[in-house]
Amino acid sequence: MHIHDHTPIVGPDDAPSYYEVMETAVRKLLIEKQLIGPDEIRRQIEVLDSRTPALGAKVIAKAWLDPEFRARLIANGRRACEELGITFYDDTELIVLENTDKIHNLIVCTLCSCYPRPVLGLPPDWYKLKPYRARAVKEPRKVLAEFGTPIDDDVEIRVSDSTSAVRYLVLPQRPPGTEKFTEEELASLVTRDAMIGVTKVSTERRNIQ
Amino acid sequence: MNQTSISGIVKADGEDPRFRAGDRVAISNRFPIGHYRVPLYIRGKTAMVEAVIGSPRVNNEEEGFGRNAGMKQHYYRLAIPLAELWADYMGSANDGLRIEVSESWLERR
Repeated sequence: MHIHDHTPIVGPDDAPSYYEVMETAVRKLLIEKQLIGPDEIRRQIEVLDSRTPALGAKVIAKAWLDPEFRARLIANGRRACEELGITFYDDTELIVLENTDKIHNLIVCTLCSCYPRPVLGLPPDWYKLKPYRARAVKEPRKVLAEFGTPIDDDVEIRVSDSTSAVRYLVLPQRPPGTEKFTEEELASLVTRDAMIGVTKVSTERRNIQ
Repeated sequence: MNQTSISGIVKADGEDPRFRAGDRVAISNRFPIGHYRVPLYIRGKTAMVEAVIGSPRVNNEEEGFGRNAGMKQHYYRLAIPLAELWADYMGSANDGLRIEVSESWLERR
């Protein structure tokens, strides 16, 4: 005999929220008026699904190994990513922020959820929620400490708030002890959070492939 | 390029950026109704222009209302110390904010 019930954790017939209803209504209207078709919506979902932090990780690993690429990436992030075939379907610019011994960068969008989607895909939920958005610009050191990333007082913190046409990507510091790593091995160390700037890259923290 | 440009060519308003890296600017302290990409916490603050970002862009504040013809403007990466934004800021005096703001929101200081 077992005594637990079989109620699912999330009910399949939860009433849709106000915004879900609005999104459905607008989508149906756009289709009905033949402004967009279902194939275009599916295509856009496929575009988004093809973008994941693995792309950003490849960009970072290449920058660590190739000083000329690194220079081009810092001069114009979008153009350097385009060299690798990463398109900017949303027509945003990309500024790559280099972490050093003296500067630690952190990215945020206080107004909404601007995020370097062409290179990282969809943002994590916490990035879109108000606590992170409000606190990243007001008490970044405390936020970073909560992410397990205390920053020394003599290191300057730069918080970049994206407000419209520009997206940011943090170029983390390459961890020591990786001198013999291949590009693939290096990329496997670069996490999404490190490219947002809330963590550092470490040889103890690997991506789960 | 060190060729001499032809003299006598008059540019339209807005073709050249009004500010350049190193300029001190004030961010307008106005509160229009509608869609604006300038967060409240920087309005009225002074900042330093760190860079002119790329080429002019359609002013998305006008685009939000369906107007986009002839609406391009320059936009800038600004630097503001966090201690100037928050009187009770806890952290290094070097800590700073970087933020992009379009030209229509900036005044010379």
